Amino acid sequence: MSAIVLYVTFILLLTIGIIALLFKRNLIKIVIAFNILDSGINLFFISLGYRENAMAPIFTLAPFDSVITMVLPTPQALILTNIVIGFATTALMLGVAVLTYRNNNTLDTRKLRGVEEYD
Amino acid sequence: MIKHVPILLVAIPLLVAFMIPMIGMVNRTARTVIGAIALVMILAISYYIAGDVMLHGKIFYYMVGSSNPEIITEHGLTFPIRIGLKIDPFSLFFILMATTLVFIFYLFSIQYIEENERKNYFTVLFICMVAGMMGLLVANDLFTFFVFLEILSISSAALVAFRTERKHPPYAGYKYMFVSAVATSFFLLGIAFLYAQYGSFNIDYLKEAIRGTLLDKIAIVLLIIPLAMKSGVVPMHMWIPDTYSEAPAPISAMVKLGSLICLYGLFRISFSFGLSHAHVSYPLGVLFIVFGVLSMFVGVTQALVQKDVKRLMAFHAVSQVGYMLLGMGVGLSVVKSGDASFALFGKVAMIGGLLHVINNALYKGLLFLTSGVLVRHFKTRNLDAMNGLAHYDIFTTVVFMIAALAISGIPPFNGFVSKIIIYESVFQYNPVLTLIAIFVSILTLASFVKVFYSAFLGMPSKKRPMEQPVLIKCSMLLLAVFIVAIGIFPQGILKIIIEPAVNALVNF
Repeated sequence: MSAIVLYVTFILLLTIGIIALLFKRNLIKIVIAFNILDSGINLFFISLGYRENAMAPIFTLAPFDSVITMVLPTPQALILTNIVIGFATTALMLGVAVLTYRNNNTLDTRKLRGVEEYD
Repeated sequence: MIKHVPILLVAIPLLVAFMIPMIGMVNRTARTVIGAIALVMILAISYYIAGDVMLHGKIFYYMVGSSNPEIITEHGLTFPIRIGLKIDPFSLFFILMATTLVFIFYLFSIQYIEENERKNYFTVLFICMVAGMMGLLVANDLFTFFVFLEILSISSAALVAFRTERKHPPYAGYKYMFVSAVATSFFLLGIAFLYAQYGSFNIDYLKEAIRGTLLDKIAIVLLIIPLAMKSGVVPMHMWIPDTYSEAPAPISAMVKLGSLICLYGLFRISFSFGLSHAHVSYPLGVLFIVFGVLSMFVGVTQALVQKDVKRLMAFHAVSQVGYMLLGMGVGLSVVKSGDASFALFGKVAMIGGLLHVINNALYKGLLFLTSGVLVRHFKTRNLDAMNGLAHYDIFTTVVFMIAALAISGIPPFNGFVSKIIIYESVFQYNPVLTLIAIFVSILTLASFVKVFYSAFLGMPSKKRPMEQPVLIKCSMLLLAVFIVAIGIFPQGILKIIIEPAVNALVNF
């Protein structure tokens, strides 16, 4: 049941992200759209390792009886990496967006299009 | 010591990259020298193991964090999740190419990028890029591959936007970062699809386990399309002209090298996941051929009409990727066909495609470096405003001619060798493809005649000629020597490097 909710949320986030990427013209909004997309993919990856009624995968807290299952730790470790990567990407994109605004006085991709000068 | 080679290739540049800001605060010359030493070290390591891997077929495995990192069981691993590294002849071919070229581009950048406080950041990012490339090439599991792909794209995007005071470079950097970020996100989605089914990231394990179902096919598409996007294959090539033309010249060459290394990932993933089933490998091969023909044709026709010298060369970069995809695609589409066509021409096509990778890296690098010299001399990228460089800079003229003749496939140079191999083998697959390839080659020559005519011939302007610094000359001369050497003696590189690489790829 809860897995279905997670997957539906993933598809929703992915769709919102892609639609925003395709139709938004503002550089900052594109960064936001990318973040939505990225969190959707993170959520999907995390939900792959989710188990019903399981406990957190901490080795020292593991109970002796094998009835209680643990969630998969690998996707969580990987997604932690991906969150950091996403942070770096977002920071860099926002940084160059600020510089673009400073040099061109606009964030609109329609006005930024076309490199006619050869400096 | 030799068993630690795979991790050293990644660790040395990564360590030096983060040492550089501290050293740069103390002494700038020391910073430059230490960067060069790191690159020489990985160059020496890669050539040191070349004999073992290429001639004796030794394959390096490395499990990071294991007490005995070389030990692997028949299932590939003793411990299910570990960072696995691997060097086989196919990846070593790319490692040799990358370490050599990166060193040459670094030499060029020492005197090309003006010395100021931002040169420290330049050096850090440059060596981070090298670390990303090396990590991509030695990675044997998909997630490590993904992480290094991100390191490569973040550092190259920052370098594309390096000249932040100018109007366009930040936007070019934004565009490149955006394309890379979206591409790698979908790459991660593809990894998730494979992990959900097989519970592993190891490429060797996945290759055995993959079943070729619909979900697997979706995963393979999600893995290869982002890599094709990062290599600048035609339907996804919109970022190429801005990125290559706004970056400083050595960075254009480095980003081009990075895109060839993404092409390595494309070949690695399609050959390891596609080869197990004929109903996967044939459509993949045809997809490669379609992408290749589109890239060749669209790239060159766009290049013909450009007036900006770096945009022109950027579109040629798109068009040259098409040749590699064509050669490899013909090989991939017949490899599982069950008849003799792979032995007849498929393997030769793959050899041509791979030889074209290194040839293209050499002459495209040289062309980007000469375009940097042109832009620095004339203070403009507009071809109409350039004239008469041949009157006072014979050296640049000669190396430009070598590179331009090599990219057009004129006999004594290396481009001819790989193109003739591709023409001959592809002709047996489908003659029309060869005709298109030859036609594209002629158009390439036409557009470089245009560059030569407008930038090098004509009356020189009144400006006093500028003598090129010695390191710039050295790096361009090295590339030109490689181009001529491969053009005159292709048997050596074909037998020692390319053939083991193709064998490793097919039997991988």
